[in-house]
Amino acid sequence: MTTIHILVNGERKTITVDPSTPLLWVLREELKLTGTKYGCGIGACGACTVHLDGAGTRSCLVPVSLVGDRKIVTIEGVASDPIGRVVQNAWVDNDVVQCGYCQSGQIMSVVALLKSNRKPTNANIEESMGGNLCRCGTYVRIREAIKSAAERLA
Amino acid sequence: MNRRTFFRISAAATGGFLIGMYFDFPMSAQAAPKVYPPDAFVHIKPSGEIVIMVNRVEVGQGTSTALPMILAEELDADWSKVIAEIAPAADVYKDPVVGMQMLGGSISIANSYQQYRELGARTRAMLISAAADGWLVAPEQCRTANSIVYGPANQKASYAELAEDAARRPIPEKVQLKDPSEFRLIGKPTRRLDGRAKSNGSQKFSIDLDFPGMKVALLARPPVFFGRVRSFDDADARNVPGVVDVFEIPLAKGKGSAVAVVADRFWAAKQARDRLNIDWDLSAVEHADSGELRSRFNGLSRTTGKIAVNRGDAKAIDTVGADKRIVAEYEFPYLAHAPMEPLNITLRNDGDRAEAWTTSQVPDTQRQAMAEVLGLPADRITYHIGFAGGAFGRRGTLDEHLEREVAAVAKRMRGIPIKLIWTREDDVPGGYYRPMVAHRVEVGVGDDGMPSAWRHVVVGQGIVLGTPFESFYAKDGIEALLIEGTSDTRYAIPNFQVSVHHPTVNVPVLSWRSVGYSHNTFVVETLIDELALRANADPIAYRLKLVDPSAKRQRAALSLLNEKSGWRNALPPKHACGIALSEYHETASACAADVSIEDGRPRIHRVSVAVACGLAVNPMTIENQFQGGLAFGVTQLMAKGAITLKHGRVDQRNFDGYTPPYIKDAPVAVDVHIVPSAEPPTAVGECPVPLIAPAVVNALARLTGKRYRSLPLVTL
Repeated sequence: MTTIHILVNGERKTITVDPSTPLLWVLREELKLTGTKYGCGIGACGACTVHLDGAGTRSCLVPVSLVGDRKIVTIEGVASDPIGRVVQNAWVDNDVVQCGYCQSGQIMSVVALLKSNRKPTNANIEESMGGNLCRCGTYVRIREAIKSAAERLA
Repeated sequence: MNRRTFFRISAAATGGFLIGMYFDFPMSAQAAPKVYPPDAFVHIKPSGEIVIMVNRVEVGQGTSTALPMILAEELDADWSKVIAEIAPAADVYKDPVVGMQMLGGSISIANSYQQYRELGARTRAMLISAAADGWLVAPEQCRTANSIVYGPANQKASYAELAEDAARRPIPEKVQLKDPSEFRLIGKPTRRLDGRAKSNGSQKFSIDLDFPGMKVALLARPPVFFGRVRSFDDADARNVPGVVDVFEIPLAKGKGSAVAVVADRFWAAKQARDRLNIDWDLSAVEHADSGELRSRFNGLSRTTGKIAVNRGDAKAIDTVGADKRIVAEYEFPYLAHAPMEPLNITLRNDGDRAEAWTTSQVPDTQRQAMAEVLGLPADRITYHIGFAGGAFGRRGTLDEHLEREVAAVAKRMRGIPIKLIWTREDDVPGGYYRPMVAHRVEVGVGDDGMPSAWRHVVVGQGIVLGTPFESFYAKDGIEALLIEGTSDTRYAIPNFQVSVHHPTVNVPVLSWRSVGYSHNTFVVETLIDELALRANADPIAYRLKLVDPSAKRQRAALSLLNEKSGWRNALPPKHACGIALSEYHETASACAADVSIEDGRPRIHRVSVAVACGLAVNPMTIENQFQGGLAFGVTQLMAKGAITLKHGRVDQRNFDGYTPPYIKDAPVAVDVHIVPSAEPPTAVGECPVPLIAPAVVNALARLTGKRYRSLPLVTL
């Protein structure tokens, strides 16, 4: 067990855990930030996507000991970013969700995309969102919501 | 004997209620009229918020928005103040037609439409009664709008003010329902009530629940289904900090066993599980093998099985010349449901009572199974049902394995809330799959290019055979769930036979969204397409010609699709359009898919869909379900869309080996068109799933000249 300091959604947190624990399980079980989801544990589904210094990252693959002083943003904190707010509203307006389990990860991937590219093409969207699974198959509405968010940000 | 006769007989034999699911006529006709107590379904808070209880689990299908819409319509409730809650297990929340609490067969709206309308109307009548008495006027002089009762002299009182008085009044036996012309919510595209919570991370799924003192349990399961622990060494596992206990538990109904690891946290439980040293006894269980199963199934498909349907002359096919005959053999693999939220369940066993938090699709039998293991009467278990991260049939197990597993762990860990989680590596190779199936069809083509004879053999494990559900879904050892989509086809084929073989295999199987239609519709629709091409006919016109004149919904869906898919006559080069028609219970739908080949894979540029599902309660949900259901159906086409076994062991462990569709694999755009109707609403959620795979391969056939009869599509 090791005591580790991390910066989550703008707050400094101190936890004592096995340093090999993936960031995902620290967020969910130690910090009770359950909006970040476990889907596969091998970085193949994207449900656990968070931002590390703004970059979309699979939190199931990152041991908490390697996070260091990078800023972590989760779905619970992404609305403090104007792009995050716009994307979440676009999700509601376009009635994207079904079961909703993958959607935190989808939204975190979209926000990371729109931060670097305000006018994503279909190819950009497929590339950036290509690792986020949705078993309900909400992909058509995800595309529409990304486009409407991009329009609102233009 | 056609499908309808088949089931009417079985219903009579069992006196069954559950069989109603598979009747072809409106099921509400079967339901005994019952007055449901509004207080179990509607709670009007002093704040004006109206909580409406939803009588089945929400897995994404949208029932937790549509059922409140129906109730709120008749209640004249202020929709902006409506909150949906999923009801716990209780008799009052049983499906009014089926007679058990359940989610399956896409029955929710069809069966609870009348029930929720009446609940809304009764609640409204009680509120009016309270207001009218207070104003000394007759109830008929009052009207309601937006959660307010208005009196004849412009008196007004809010539902919140009236609620307490109203709740003490007798429940009216008879209530007047609205004329559909007065609807303001039903039929209006309405966003989901859970859209915001599911977009900001605040929606709690059962895997997110946290209780003081809660422990996480993982199971080390046998590498071959229903194998047994001979002995195990847990010394290394117990050295992992946070591990509380390690012990053996029986698996479903004593078939095999597993080792349970209980720890403070998930990561500790997983690390400890990885350090277990288990000696498995696999000597008593069959080691299923896909290669061996394939040859066994294909061999069986060349012999006539138990006759399920026989119309006209079954031997007519034998007199058809070889040049007028198509012989087609099909293979379908096992498929995992792989809902995004891995299976999980939480249970606290207090000895004389217990409390569970789950997302059961069939809570009655699942709670009963848990009770059996705990040695308690079922009504001593408070059984909470919540929001699930997908299900697709996976949370409706008929051997209740998950409930039995958690009960076996909690029985030993008394007083401690136990959250049992199946990791993805438990889920993908964990069984309970859509069955592996082989079909063999011989079709005779008449001089007019239409099928004159059709002899069809289906080979696959039964899903309900040997379970308590057998009497409801199977008769004489023939399971309807394996042949639906063929046995009930509305194509008018004069000489038509379907027969069935149900081999037993040591791989547990389960309903997978759209059940038998997932493979039967593929077989029928690819063959019909082949016939249309052979006749040089337009694929929609050909189907309209072949569909029975009485199949009004099929005809309406095809005609609307024809009208909305004008784009298929102006396709870009190297694109082709594929058509498919599907029935799912009483709903008919048809689609046109614009497909090309990119990097050796099908690229689905656009799909137009027409659906005839009776009255559209929430057209936005129907659009959503069709868009998503088509993508779900693409699972069948994925290069890695198969579960296979070698010497008893499943080859795939996670999403790297069993790969469902990602955004690029799914249709890029889907336009959904609903046939206007005032008939009672019918199924939606499962209807789109069987459509997409045949539509796509019908397009591919036009691009490559090949016929695709084995799934998954490994190469084009």
